[in-house]
Amino acid sequence: MKDFIIPWENGTGIQDDIDRGTPAKSGKPVTLTIDGVEVTVPEGTSVMRAASELGIQVPKLCASDNLEAFGSCRLCAVEIEGRRGTPASCTTPVHKGMKVHTQTDKLRKLRKGVMELYISDHPLDCLTCAANGDCELQDMAGAVGLRDVRYEAPKNAPLANHFEARNTSGEVNAEWLPKDDSNPYFTYDPSKCIVCNRCVRACEEVQGTFALTIEGRGFDSRVAVGAENFLASDCVSCGACVQACPTATLQEKSVIEMGTPDRSVVTTCAYCGVGCSFKAEMQGDQLVRMVPYKHGKANRGHSCVKGRFAYGYATHKDRILSPMVRDSVDQPWREVSWDEALSFAAKKLVGLREKYGQKSIGVITSSRCTNEETFLVQKLTRAVFGNNNTDTCARVCHSPTGYGLGQTFGTSAGTQDFDSVEKSDVVVVIGANPTDGHPVFASRLRKRLREGAKLIVVDPRRIDLLETPHLGEAHHLPLKPGTNVAVVSALAHVIVSEGLYDQTFIAERCDLDAWEDYKSFISDERHAPEATEALTGVPAATLREAARAYAQGGNGAIYYGLGVTEHSQGSTTVMAIANLAMMTGNIGREGVGVNPLRGQNNVQGSCDMGSFPHELPGYRHVKLPEVRKIFEDTWGVEIDPEPGLRIPNMLDAAVDGTFKGLYCQGEDILQSDPDTKHVAAGLAAMECVIVHDLFLNETANYAHVFLPGSSFLEKEGTFTNAERRINRVRKVMAPKNGYEDWQVTQMLANAVLKETGGKPWSYTHPAEVMAEIAATTPSFAGVDYALLEEKGSVQWPCNEAQPEGTPLMHVDGFVRGKGRFIVTEYIATDERSGPRFPLLLTTGRILSQYNVGAQTRRTENSVWHDQDVLEIHPHDAENRGLRDGDWVRLASRSGETSLRAKITDRVSPGVVYTTFHHPDTQANVITTDYSDWATNCPEYKVTAVQVSPSNGPSEWQKDYAAQAEQSRRIEAAE
Amino acid sequence: MTDAKMVLMANQIAAFFATQPGGDQAAGVAAHLKDFWEPRMLTQLKAYLGKGGEGLNDLVIEAGKTL
Repeated sequence: MKDFIIPWENGTGIQDDIDRGTPAKSGKPVTLTIDGVEVTVPEGTSVMRAASELGIQVPKLCASDNLEAFGSCRLCAVEIEGRRGTPASCTTPVHKGMKVHTQTDKLRKLRKGVMELYISDHPLDCLTCAANGDCELQDMAGAVGLRDVRYEAPKNAPLANHFEARNTSGEVNAEWLPKDDSNPYFTYDPSKCIVCNRCVRACEEVQGTFALTIEGRGFDSRVAVGAENFLASDCVSCGACVQACPTATLQEKSVIEMGTPDRSVVTTCAYCGVGCSFKAEMQGDQLVRMVPYKHGKANRGHSCVKGRFAYGYATHKDRILSPMVRDSVDQPWREVSWDEALSFAAKKLVGLREKYGQKSIGVITSSRCTNEETFLVQKLTRAVFGNNNTDTCARVCHSPTGYGLGQTFGTSAGTQDFDSVEKSDVVVVIGANPTDGHPVFASRLRKRLREGAKLIVVDPRRIDLLETPHLGEAHHLPLKPGTNVAVVSALAHVIVSEGLYDQTFIAERCDLDAWEDYKSFISDERHAPEATEALTGVPAATLREAARAYAQGGNGAIYYGLGVTEHSQGSTTVMAIANLAMMTGNIGREGVGVNPLRGQNNVQGSCDMGSFPHELPGYRHVKLPEVRKIFEDTWGVEIDPEPGLRIPNMLDAAVDGTFKGLYCQGEDILQSDPDTKHVAAGLAAMECVIVHDLFLNETANYAHVFLPGSSFLEKEGTFTNAERRINRVRKVMAPKNGYEDWQVTQMLANAVLKETGGKPWSYTHPAEVMAEIAATTPSFAGVDYALLEEKGSVQWPCNEAQPEGTPLMHVDGFVRGKGRFIVTEYIATDERSGPRFPLLLTTGRILSQYNVGAQTRRTENSVWHDQDVLEIHPHDAENRGLRDGDWVRLASRSGETSLRAKITDRVSPGVVYTTFHHPDTQANVITTDYSDWATNCPEYKVTAVQVSPSNGPSEWQKDYAAQAEQSRRIEAAE
Repeated sequence: MTDAKMVLMANQIAAFFATQPGGDQAAGVAAHLKDFWEPRMLTQLKAYLGKGGEGLNDLVIEAGKTL
């Protein structure tokens, strides 16, 4: 594939992308000779890989460097002096002094014979084949010099091949199978399969789903999915098999339709917080496919269905490409020029500020946008509006992580890189569902679990991780929603009372006064699992076993998600988790740590960039004059020393009439934030809502200005993933709306500055924004685009002390000095089930959809999940006379909605579960305005509800749909 | 924000600091409020305290004296 420089980019980010046949190893150096040339490689390396390191590509079909060697195709045979026969180079490890020959007459003849047999059962339709030009079978036929195929089916005998549907007499070939195109993104064409097993091994070794197998033996061998077709099977459409396939047997439909790509650019996925690196493979400015990039340090060449395939939203017809304005939300939208829209918005904002005061307007930054864009949005409110009214969607997901880890460790971030899980012996997953929310990390975790690591899951639901094939020891602590602190404290109680804590680590690394206070607190019998069992629902014996496994099982790593943070005690649970890691010494080395799994692609980055109203970039409180001075000197303005409004506070203030104008970039608060009716009331009370987004989202129903956004394919910048890794986002096509999002924010800032006076912003590239971030923020001091180009990515802190970044945090000491144990008393939420609302609702997401669904609902992913459903236990369903698939009414004290029931024992009795991907369900009309005590992060995970039979959508849903339709009208152009 | 919601939020903060060791729980509440509550929220709290502060945790009332 050709790589060339495109006008807006200095580089494509592509490094050595050769498939070296078998995985890299890390043993002692071994020197051998291949084709007369000496090479030194780590012990354990295959002869095939050693040859590749020398630039000698041994022909191969069944080998790929993301899979363990298999040795089935016989094409990679070599000769080794002093050894008999022709061993497979993929399965033969190197030895000191070995002399290998990869090209001899004997080998040539052997390989030609092997290829001839392969091709004898393969259609010769190369010119019209979708893999033409990108087919390893074709390449190998060329490499071995195959010129003839001598095998033919005997006349008047059954066809002995898999690729002809009928013989020349029109008789059906029983060996032929039709193409399976049930998956929306790829096809399976059995007639082209060479049974190399790469797809099956990729599904097992890379993805860990084990959906594929080979059935039959010898000539009857076939790839099978154990179901009617791919769509009906266990396949999760991660694309690993398609990537592994050397032929057109498993082929992207986009390639079948468009042809092979002619260039590729490395960029970063815009879905979850794993932050996978992809090659965007292009024809001109058309995206042909996204292929996971093997040098991506977060994903190591793997992907999930969202990043790999669900990019169609970027070119969806629903995208709004022209700015629009309206005076009131009952009017239709009016398409206008950028100048008119920006001037309209600026005049409104300035007018509101004059009328209602400096603190009457603010911004919401997006965890989906780049660091540079986020930095500029918070700068807009701090330097141009003159207040700290900036918040981000991280408010409603991981703000307790910032508070909790900041208090205990001294910094608001996960402690490890994703590679660390390869060294873990016990993995604790609390309130997270990685196979659905962070699928590529889940695959890496599952690999470690198959190798024998123990698993502890703390979750009300029996998540798929517990169904991992070849899982060894596993503990499920199915707690009642809202009792996290009690469960984590009980784990700590067992560790302390049974003397399983790491006294040496505590003595050396932690504040001993705080430890003594904590030890005395946690030793009390009220924290014993036997005492908390009735409250939490977790059997004491199960909890004790889990605590012992974590404390005594070797490297213990904790991964957690929004099931921890989105509670009234979210911050307390984060601190309780940090306590657990400190008391067991599971901090500061590979395989251990505390790792928040961030929901969206740039949650970490948006927090780092000063999106919170109390912090400037780098987590420094606005009250600190020395920090404000850095930005005041850089920006030439005075910075408000008092914290601004958080999102829920903005909405409250709007209802009170003191908050009047909002610029909301890339977030849909009406759908994603709790208590929809309250959010709607807040938005309706504002006089100027500016929505900057790809689509007319739900929030835009209440907007006065719509500024079209650009997709991640259309912009330059960086995302920071859950492991603090700063990855480049590269522009592969021009913005369809005309401007990258950072440019739109700059234009809005300049339109306001034009009204108020002030020096306009003049950034010409996001690299200049990063330079400003580096100049003002110590943890980013060493970050620049040249370094990212050179290294591919770096993890902050990246500065003079750590010039190449920091994979592991707190190695020699905690960022705050001594680790601080904090007393974590369980305090029950005020949201409790009772006679009116006897069940507890908890919410989450599923694999195929993402967040509010704005992106994934506009892709074929909806084939897997076209509506939100309510999971309910058979016992609770029976009590209510509900059958699977029935419409049910779901009501809380906040509101009600209707959706269909799914009866499953995956949830416990008394607990129901749903997702919030579809606006016509609006799960958040049910959730309440209760929130975390420290951060106001909403308590999405606990809502007391009642479920009853229903005939269909509620009146509220019908009214909402009508209002949404009304507010999305766009005036016909004159 | 309604007074009821404000009282709930302030009491949640107090409930946490009430469990912390040492004798400076009210100072902890005050510091948290100053660090995270926007001035108009503090103004509302102070006004409510001025009216007697019904329903507020004692620690919030104590903290209110230093706001």
